[in-house]
Amino acid sequence: MEKVFARPESLSKKQFTYCPGCGHSIIHRLTAEVIDELRIRTRTVGVASVGCSVFADEFFDFDFVQAAHGRAPAVAVGVKRVRPDCVVFTHQGDGDLASIGTAEMIHSANRGEKITVIFVNNAIYGMTGGQMAPTTLVGMKTTTCPDGRNPELTGYPLRVCELLSGLGGVAYLERVAVNSPQNVTKARHALKKAFEIQIEGLGFTLVELLSQCPTGWAQRPTEAVKWLEKEMRGYFPLGVFKDVTAGAPQEGAKE
Amino acid sequence: MAEERSLMKGNEAIAEAAIRAGCRFFAGYPITPQNEIPEYMSWRMPEVGGTFIQSESELAAINMVYGAASAGARAMTSSSGPGISLKQEGLSYMCGSELPCFLANIVRGGPGLGNIAGAQSDYFQATRGGGHGDYRIPVFVPSTVQELIDLTMLAFEVADRYRNPAMLMGDGILGQMMEPAVMRKMVDYDPKAKASWAVGDASGRERHVINSVRLAPGTLETHNIRLLKKYREIEEKEQRFELFEVDNADVVIIAYGTGARIAKSAVALAKTKGNIRLGIIRPITVWPFPKKVIREIAAKKENFLVVEMSFGQMYEDALLSVCGKAKVSLLARTGGGLPTEEEIVETARRAMASKESIEVYPALD
Repeated sequence: MEKVFARPESLSKKQFTYCPGCGHSIIHRLTAEVIDELRIRTRTVGVASVGCSVFADEFFDFDFVQAAHGRAPAVAVGVKRVRPDCVVFTHQGDGDLASIGTAEMIHSANRGEKITVIFVNNAIYGMTGGQMAPTTLVGMKTTTCPDGRNPELTGYPLRVCELLSGLGGVAYLERVAVNSPQNVTKARHALKKAFEIQIEGLGFTLVELLSQCPTGWAQRPTEAVKWLEKEMRGYFPLGVFKDVTAGAPQEGAKE
Repeated sequence: MAEERSLMKGNEAIAEAAIRAGCRFFAGYPITPQNEIPEYMSWRMPEVGGTFIQSESELAAINMVYGAASAGARAMTSSSGPGISLKQEGLSYMCGSELPCFLANIVRGGPGLGNIAGAQSDYFQATRGGGHGDYRIPVFVPSTVQELIDLTMLAFEVADRYRNPAMLMGDGILGQMMEPAVMRKMVDYDPKAKASWAVGDASGRERHVINSVRLAPGTLETHNIRLLKKYREIEEKEQRFELFEVDNADVVIIAYGTGARIAKSAVALAKTKGNIRLGIIRPITVWPFPKKVIREIAAKKENFLVVEMSFGQMYEDALLSVCGKAKVSLLARTGGGLPTEEEIVETARRAMASKESIEVYPALD
């Protein structure tokens, strides 16, 4: 009998410890599937960040380095420059990448470092208990903006793909979501594309994945996937923001 | 290349010595008075097939070094006080993850932006570590350009031997001065030396993980005890020092780096002006501090004088080492101020005549 569904070789046997309905585990699985498909498991190095995915290394079965909060792209750069034959990616949340790690994100992108950033945007700090993230939506309630995010006091949610799209070193930028089977399929495609472009050595690649955080949002998982669709996608449009393999640079986001 | 003496600038000597030690990854951020190191590396690294990155910040630099070290390279960064403050976080992570690296620290005056003169006021920062957690870092303190070279190369060896960062702590004077010195031969470093734990090519082996997080109850203490054993071994084996005319000394000076250079002139001055004989214990490592030799000499000598370009920081280590067996006095300058030979001789004379130990801050009066 033909086996049509199994645990990807690149995933370890450890069960995911993420909350029910969380998007991190979906994203890990997609990452592992893509690495299997590209047959790069033994030359892939993952870089874990700080936040909910601090134990990301435990769920994969290939080499990993754990980085300090926000510094994952710098660590990935160190690994990649020493081992250009390796495929190096970071898995970072919104606090890690777009708040404390903003400088490392922008400059590794601008230098065109040949790494892949897997950016999980769930608009909240999950690990520390639901505080405001740089991507928290205006009006959204968190434990540090209990009356809802007020842009006069805290500014506006940061759009990472839009921010990076003007930088010369960037080869591929796409925003996807993991709140429906269709979107998950597109997310898998985006991750594969990013890794392929890294392997070709064309520059910096980043895939932003809008992801649900039922615990942090105080919603049921079924509500969370709908909330993402209704509230997040308007402010964070899905699409390819830059793709150096697609010919002329694209204007803005296209679904 | 033949080992010939040539005139070299301190910072450039460090950079070339690092290359000769097999360093093939440099990441750093400009800060005075160490800029010649990244400048030199920017053209020298490509010549030897290595990587030079001018990073966006000191934080990025030390974390790039973290990544490079994870992949098995001999890697380094360089900076000065304010930049070292930022790098302390990364050093803590590297100690926790047991990663070797080399850090050249060319000290300037602090606190804050301070100034860019040579100073020794980052002694606590280097020997106690400004980063979080229980960790230690071997700190080498050269006093000549030749020692900048030799201790840089030794620091790479020590870092690898113990899988821990190692620091070379000079100051603005040592970094900027030119002196004749012999550059050493290129070390034959095999990048596969760390294949048993480094990340990279995982074919035919179990995966490798570089990690400092240990949340399960008890696991961090177990890990830290292992680190403690390593640090004890370093304390046992790596204490380094030079003794200079100590045997016949009335007062034994303890001084390092630029302070020790001036102290040597003071020894000569004391001879010509007569009536006091000075000797020097010059620490070459300040962590581990050369406690053993100081303890032995404290059993025979009554008077010690610590001379440092900081407010009595090394003084604390000297007091702990002498352990009440002798009088330990202090001559301290700060903010880029240098002790003069006359101040040293005069303070030594007063310290010898005094019943109690004395603390002299010439700029205080």
